[in-house]
Amino acid sequence: MASDDTRPDPDALIARIRSDEARATRGKLRIYFGSSAGVGKTYAMLAAAGLARKQGTDVIAGIVETHGRAETAALLQSLEILPRRSMGAGALQEFDLDAALTRKPGLILVDELAHSNVTGSRHPKRWQDVDELIGAGIDVWTTLNVQHLESLNDVVGGITGIRVQETLPDTFFDRADEVVLVDTPADELLARLKRGKVYGGPQAERAAANFFRKGNLMALRELALRRTADRVENDVQEYRVERSIGRVWKTDPSILCCIGPDDSGEHVVRSAAVLAQQLAVPWHAVYVETPSLQRLPPEHRERILRTVRLAEDLGATTAVLPSSTVAEAVIEHAREHNLSKIVMGHHPASFWRSAATLAQQVGRLAPDVDLIEIGGSTARGRATPVKDGAGRRSGTFRPAGYLVAVAVCALLTALTLPLEAVLVEANIVMLFLLAVVGIALRYGRGPAALASLINVLAFDFFFVPPRLSFTVADVQYVLTFAVMLAVGLIVGQLTAGLRYQASVATHRERRSRSLFEIARDLSSVLTIEQVVEAAAGAVSREFRARAHVFVLDANDRLQSPVPAPEGAGLDEGTARWAFDHRQPAGLGTDTIAGSDWLYLPLNAPMRTRGVLALRPDDPRFLLVPEQRRQLETFAALTAIALERVHYVDVAQSATVQMESERLRNSLLAALSHDLRTPLAGLVGLAETLGMTGSALSSAQKEIAEGIRTSAMRMSAQVNNLLDMARIESGDVRLRREWNSIEEIVGSALRLTRPLLLPRHVLTDVPANLPLVECDAVLIERVLVNLLENAAKYTPTTARVLVAARVDGQEMCVAVEDDGPGIRPGKETEIFEKFTRGQRESAISGVGLGLAICKAIVEAHGGSIFVAPGRTSGARFTFTLPIGEPPPVLAEHEDAAAQGAP
Amino acid sequence: MTEPRPLVLIVEDERAIRQFVRAALMREGMSVFESDTLSQGKADVKARRHDLLIVDLGLPDGDGVDLISEVRASSGVPIIVLSARSAEADKVRALDAGADDYVEKPFGISELLARVRANLRRHHADAPSDESPVVIGDVVIDRAARVVKKAARAVHLTPIEYRLLEVLLANAGRVLTHRYLLREVWGPAHVEHNEYLRVFMRNLRHKLEEDPALPKMLVTETGVGYRLVSS
Repeated sequence: MASDDTRPDPDALIARIRSDEARATRGKLRIYFGSSAGVGKTYAMLAAAGLARKQGTDVIAGIVETHGRAETAALLQSLEILPRRSMGAGALQEFDLDAALTRKPGLILVDELAHSNVTGSRHPKRWQDVDELIGAGIDVWTTLNVQHLESLNDVVGGITGIRVQETLPDTFFDRADEVVLVDTPADELLARLKRGKVYGGPQAERAAANFFRKGNLMALRELALRRTADRVENDVQEYRVERSIGRVWKTDPSILCCIGPDDSGEHVVRSAAVLAQQLAVPWHAVYVETPSLQRLPPEHRERILRTVRLAEDLGATTAVLPSSTVAEAVIEHAREHNLSKIVMGHHPASFWRSAATLAQQVGRLAPDVDLIEIGGSTARGRATPVKDGAGRRSGTFRPAGYLVAVAVCALLTALTLPLEAVLVEANIVMLFLLAVVGIALRYGRGPAALASLINVLAFDFFFVPPRLSFTVADVQYVLTFAVMLAVGLIVGQLTAGLRYQASVATHRERRSRSLFEIARDLSSVLTIEQVVEAAAGAVSREFRARAHVFVLDANDRLQSPVPAPEGAGLDEGTARWAFDHRQPAGLGTDTIAGSDWLYLPLNAPMRTRGVLALRPDDPRFLLVPEQRRQLETFAALTAIALERVHYVDVAQSATVQMESERLRNSLLAALSHDLRTPLAGLVGLAETLGMTGSALSSAQKEIAEGIRTSAMRMSAQVNNLLDMARIESGDVRLRREWNSIEEIVGSALRLTRPLLLPRHVLTDVPANLPLVECDAVLIERVLVNLLENAAKYTPTTARVLVAARVDGQEMCVAVEDDGPGIRPGKETEIFEKFTRGQRESAISGVGLGLAICKAIVEAHGGSIFVAPGRTSGARFTFTLPIGEPPPVLAEHEDAAAQGAP
Repeated sequence: MTEPRPLVLIVEDERAIRQFVRAALMREGMSVFESDTLSQGKADVKARRHDLLIVDLGLPDGDGVDLISEVRASSGVPIIVLSARSAEADKVRALDAGADDYVEKPFGISELLARVRANLRRHHADAPSDESPVVIGDVVIDRAARVVKKAARAVHLTPIEYRLLEVLLANAGRVLTHRYLLREVWGPAHVEHNEYLRVFMRNLRHKLEEDPALPKMLVTETGVGYRLVSS
């Protein structure tokens, strides 16, 4: 077990390697981090950039604010400055993201990471620009103040009384490759402020009075130091995982944050984020939507969903759980994801609801779970500048229901009054209850409650003695009233709940039916156009929106198979962005939020297949999570259908290709058989002729031998031509195995010995050469061709050397002779087809040998070239990549004793 | 006892080839029969007891390998395959099906005759039950004593090297495919581990060959296998 503990967790290592891989292609992010304005972040960044530039880094200043500080401006002057982009009226200037991407420097300086971009920019936030720069492989240096960190935003607000609107998600801060803390003690900062180094003139006075109080500065400094320390600790942990110094990969169960419907949700989320960060555990955030919460006014729901989004920005895995009991849904989610700490807002039991608080319910249902209740935010009053004017639980107030309730009660009273003598009081009560049930069924809970109340009052007034008075003679009736009211309210509540459930079920059924329909439609279509039509049609029907689908063509460009609606404001650039980044863009997203259209990438399992664009009649529908999910499912189905159609095409063209390849191969095989067989006959017959003994004169025998050698030569040429045809048709299929070069050299020499003799052949092949993964037959072919050339082009007195050696990651094999050599300037030409060393000479051949060698060696990933020999002649060298040879089981030498002495 | 004339069957569709092969074999004092199709070859094999078969792989009505496996199921008669150059896969297939040797087209008469004689001789001398020492050049292999000597000096072989040599020696002159050697020496689980064979063959050559890069005894048949040349 001890050894287990010291081993690095494989999952952790894989995660690390993955993130390293992702990081390798991405640029690096360095953040100059400080406690407040004026500590010298921009100055430190510029100073470091100047140094980097001197060391040869291609650095430019993307956007740098000097705030009129002379020292900073002086540093900036030495750098190349990217021109800013004028927005709108021209008065507004903004960082020019596209210019930076086009310029593609090695390193770019982008000041003030938390800055919000001018409306009309691609991204609402500057950190998103930075993210895109890093994604494009550009290193970015930037600056940030602690108060802009999302998770510390309300803490800082509480300290300083000023809540900044520009925030940066902590996940982005934590993803930075380096954080450089720029620290200045509070006194020095105040002194600097007095000297006017931070802000010049009267601005300094005002700023100092509000923000730059010594207490504030000290608190902010502590926050910045602590946040940096947390980050450093994470780095240390990462390092320890990698170096297996200790098993610190947390298996601690993580945190579940419950987002409540009220204003404290945001505060709870921030607190949970800080907690998760301190414990270094992942965390989840859920919002349980009960039927009553679903009736909240849209603005209120929107705010809750924004809180969910905030949690996501802070690094949580989020979910919206539809359920009727909050506690059960929370516990189920916690169990499913192994979350043993639940964080929720603290709610004192309210006076009108004697039921247990959520915390108590959860505690009762899951006693093993740790509960953390977060108190109300101190900065709450200031934190939510816009109070929800609609108030809580206003629901949708429909006066008609209440009017009908009053009318029904009045009518019922009027009808029963004459029958009083006939009916027993109990029956009158029953009639009243019936009315309540009816109203609850038709108009819901509120009118039913009103009806119950009116009924009790009417019963008291008209039917209980003394009549026409609210006073009661018999105390017994008080019980009747109480029961009547209670039953009325309960029945009303239950009936209304039933009605709600029924409508929820109908909605769900409709949603699944429409999903089923589109799935069915998409599964039967066969062409891209049909998929696009089916998808766009279904989306317009289901979401009451105009829809359009862009799909990828063969050249990786987005195309509209169906003409795009004219003048609807579709923007192909945004579609392309959504496609490239595999993220939604446009309406309701962070990217080009001003657009009327929402662009959803169609992500299929293998790749993104296109973009679904839609413009809903009511933009608000995008905020409803169910609709959003439904839309995403539609997009996924469309993507899968597009992928299926794509692969049908691929399969069809592969079949065609296989057919033609088979045809070509059988043609080549037939050709080779039909050419070789008669040649074999010719060779054999000529030889037989020569062997028939005394019947032939010596001259005739010579002729027979001549026929034989010519036929053999012709056979060799046929082989070359067929091989070249095979290579040309792209059919060099390598049978790669681990082979010994020594062996291939040996068999090549054996095959060419008759040709080479009486030349002196030397080999220089060390015994300890590694195995090489190659096709032995083809590499032998290369050597045979090179040796045949040596035999053809050198005098019989020449010496031929075959040498092999390892050079780095390559095996170099050389065939060298001391013949006449290659004419200078022909070194590359001779490897071309039908090129010969000596044109039209008596030496046979069509000039295919070296071309075949080149094709074979290159198919192995190697290269072939010629150089003059060491003394004279030519030296042909080819290289083969060595790779990683497999281990060969070593024998135990002890066992060898029995095999040999 | 007079040596009977060896009976050879040629299964080959090209008339010219049959013609000169028959002439050459008859000059060697053999009786020769011919088949020009696979089906006829199959019938002929059943009709007579042959001493050797020469089979072309590309026959008009089928694959010669079918004939080889059919013959091999019931008899140990030597089979020589005629095959085209650069069709190593076909050779391996034929050898694995039970063929003993192959000759590449176009071939010389003398080469074919040498192979025919070697195979006939080996077939008759089969079952080397007497474990008398074998001498190949300056190498002496004494199977009874499990001793290998080169130039009169004992050579130390590991058990696997010795086993490899033994298998090659038992099939001297025959081409043994990589698969066959791996199965015989390392066992059926290792038939894909070509690299084992390469490494141990290299070791064996370095111990027994004069020039391991130009082996005379342990010859490589590139893309097919190895052959121990004993003469």
